[in-house]
Amino acid sequence: MATTFVIPGWEKHRPKPNPDGTPWWTRTFRITRIRIASQVFFFSLFIFLLWCTWFTRMKGYPVSLFLEVDPLVGVATAISTHTVYRWLWRGLFVLVPTLLLGRAFCNWMCPYGTLHQFVGWVFNIWTNKNNIDRNRYRPSFQIKYLLLAVFLVMAALGSLQIGLLDPICLLVRTFTTAIAPASDLAHSNLATALRERLGMDPAPLLFMSSAPGASEQRIFRGAWFVGLIIVGLVGMNLVIPRFFCRVLCPLGAFLGVLSRWAPFRISRDLTKCTDCNACLRRCEGASDPQGALRKSECFVCFNCIDDCPEDALSFTLAPLPFKDFMVGEPKKGLATLFGQKVISKIPETVRAGPAVARRRWVFAAIGGVLAFPFLRLSAAVNKRGFSAKAIRPPGSVEESEFLERCIKCDQCIRVCPTNVLQPSTLSEGGLEGLWTPVMNFSVGFCQLNCTLCSEVCPTGAIQKTSLARKLGVGEYAGKGPVSIGTAFFDRGRCLPWGMETPCVVCEEVCPVTPKAIGTYEETITRWDGTKVVLKKPYMRPELCIGCGICEHECPVIDSPAVYVTAIGETRSQDRSLLLETSRKTKEKS
Amino acid sequence: MDERDHARLTRRYLLQQAAGVALGAGAAGLLAWKLHDPDGERGKPKRPELTLPHGGYVIEPSKVLPVLGVATGQSIPALVRAAIDAVGGVGRFVQHGDVVVIKPNVAFERAAPLGATTNPEVLGALVHLVREAGAREVRVVDNPIENAEACFVRSGVQKAALEAGASVWLPTPKDFETLHVAGATWIARWPFFFRPFVGANKVIGVSPVKDHNLCRASMTTKNWYGLLGGRRNQFHQDIHGIIADLALMMRPTLVLLDGTRVLFRSGPTGGSLSDVRPGNTVVASTDSLAADAYGWHELLERRDEELPAYFAKSAARGLGNPDWKSQSIKRVQAG
Repeated sequence: MATTFVIPGWEKHRPKPNPDGTPWWTRTFRITRIRIASQVFFFSLFIFLLWCTWFTRMKGYPVSLFLEVDPLVGVATAISTHTVYRWLWRGLFVLVPTLLLGRAFCNWMCPYGTLHQFVGWVFNIWTNKNNIDRNRYRPSFQIKYLLLAVFLVMAALGSLQIGLLDPICLLVRTFTTAIAPASDLAHSNLATALRERLGMDPAPLLFMSSAPGASEQRIFRGAWFVGLIIVGLVGMNLVIPRFFCRVLCPLGAFLGVLSRWAPFRISRDLTKCTDCNACLRRCEGASDPQGALRKSECFVCFNCIDDCPEDALSFTLAPLPFKDFMVGEPKKGLATLFGQKVISKIPETVRAGPAVARRRWVFAAIGGVLAFPFLRLSAAVNKRGFSAKAIRPPGSVEESEFLERCIKCDQCIRVCPTNVLQPSTLSEGGLEGLWTPVMNFSVGFCQLNCTLCSEVCPTGAIQKTSLARKLGVGEYAGKGPVSIGTAFFDRGRCLPWGMETPCVVCEEVCPVTPKAIGTYEETITRWDGTKVVLKKPYMRPELCIGCGICEHECPVIDSPAVYVTAIGETRSQDRSLLLETSRKTKEKS
Repeated sequence: MDERDHARLTRRYLLQQAAGVALGAGAAGLLAWKLHDPDGERGKPKRPELTLPHGGYVIEPSKVLPVLGVATGQSIPALVRAAIDAVGGVGRFVQHGDVVVIKPNVAFERAAPLGATTNPEVLGALVHLVREAGAREVRVVDNPIENAEACFVRSGVQKAALEAGASVWLPTPKDFETLHVAGATWIARWPFFFRPFVGANKVIGVSPVKDHNLCRASMTTKNWYGLLGGRRNQFHQDIHGIIADLALMMRPTLVLLDGTRVLFRSGPTGGSLSDVRPGNTVVASTDSLAADAYGWHELLERRDEELPAYFAKSAARGLGNPDWKSQSIKRVQAG
């Protein structure tokens, strides 16, 4: 009777229970599926927060959340500054779970890890046997620990370089300077095509733009290099799976060191394991689950548990050290464990710490000790010889403190509404300051009523600065506005000064009041006999805040007749210009 | 031909090969002929050159209604309504189904009380009136100096416009087209924020009263600067000539001079409340030169000073009459 309600053929398609008698849905709702859901969630969250890092979308979202929960950022800045800035305690959200579960962050949360895994999966053309070999541990996986040691020693000496390779910093930087502008270009072309070819209103697609309301396509110095790096690193997955995560990632190395103490780990039951190596087929960390599990390499992806045909693997709290309880000789297949026959011929089940010899740690530490002076004594970031164009955003701390804090994540550059903030190339910041924020007034200018860069900076390299403090009003009236540099005139290139031609755009756009640019009026007879009234601009340096709108708007666009250099910045006593402001700076400190 | 050669090279193979080569060569030749560009001119991108409607957006002049409507008082919506009513009421300018472009001055990222931008309350009241008159669509547009969205948000213009039922059109690079302005000295061909004007049939300017070092005063005529793109920073080399060109370029339906606040020094950016004084006035006019001249004398209070040169230059082109005292004026006290 019940058969009348059954769709014909249903019986044939009904999922079969598993061979071990468990119901069919345990196949679908496996822990690896939950892991994938977690990766999708965190990757989407990462993209969402980057998307939100724009002044019309921020609305109080914690846009730098991923950088804040990155415990390497918190720990390395704590080493370099002896403080934990603002939200960096959030690193505990990752640090504590790692101490319990191991490097689960790498395969459950890290958006860069997810990207690598996804690309490796999509472009995997290998057979199972090949994959097993490709996922074996290689000695080159030690490199990440050595890099970590170099970076942490440098941090202790006062140069924070983790951002070069920290996956979150690297990915935020890449999205900011390479991927978001590329996607904006595509969006703007799509919008034009829709409007002009199909007569449709492209406004609903505005959500696709990373910088809605920006009047120009955003451009970033050296975007090609950042883009090349991500293409190269992601492409390496085709050669060595999870190349970045296994070989280079300093955050992975840091979490790997912490994993040593994790009470949970993958446990291999020697009475079930047949040494078939199937667990290596999709092993993300190349952590040897088939032998002595390398806890520091394991990403806790659970693929091995999924793939084990003998059900010999499990993720267990404080797994038994089988070796100590075995009786007999496992290599000959004669051992027993609590009366059960030991099948696996490999008695070791775990290797807790990273496989880095002590002398190599020492070598790396020496590398860090040497790298610090090599970078720091390269003039670019010193009191003398610094680049006049290394103009830091308002609220930045003094340069040596800045280099202790900036992680080159480029969140400030992402949020900057005028595109003036640019990743430094070697010419402004040297190698030590590579990709740190500097201003390029040919691209944009520092908008007077904007403090967004200081809002999103996760490490306080740009200290959170209220508008009142930036403008020097209200309770900051005595201290005066924050100045990031000083403007100068090149009279030979200036139209009124050098070319008998009226102009003074600079004076018009100068946003401070009273204006930092004044004008002398002069009536002259030009070469052709015509009389012309010229207003010739000059600087009032004590009023100039270095915002650079004069340089940006100067009609002599290639090499402007008014230009800002870093001298006179409030944050530095060494780089002050006027006695007057020197006095104010001293009062402040 | 021995047997081996025969197997290697059949007649069929030879014919197929020959046909393929002939076809390929023919297609390539045809393509080359079609795309041929003997002097390199064909390959250059073609930019359409557009114009605004002949005669601009002006309405039929009236013989009875005053040219200037000046309303003074405290309540801003009442001021706007009274000023427009004084020159014939909004129904004279906007009819049912019109698409109206409103051009405020949102050049800088400044809060409204600093007087560097059009008062959002004035804009809101204007949009409201235009909607009331039956406009199908109201577009609020400007191409500011600073980041457009930041300027529209910080000045409060965006909020006021949206709440009153207008749409805000922020400029993007693809919204600009080369506009041909016949007779203009400098901007006969210049990038113009064109897209909002597609399908529009009325244009209303609403600008604050601001001091300006170079051109001395920025009011409704200078306001059209914000419709241009390109290398605007060259305009200062002959600012008065440019403003006269702007007057030629845009013949509006109506202008509103927002004298609720007067930025009397440190313009056009301002930045301090001490640079601003209350004006409590809104002027409506079909003659922007008359409105601006009124602003110069009565709002900037520069009665003893000569009008800036752009007035005479624009007037010489027949674009208005700066001698406002000789024209019909209606003053009302409102609110």
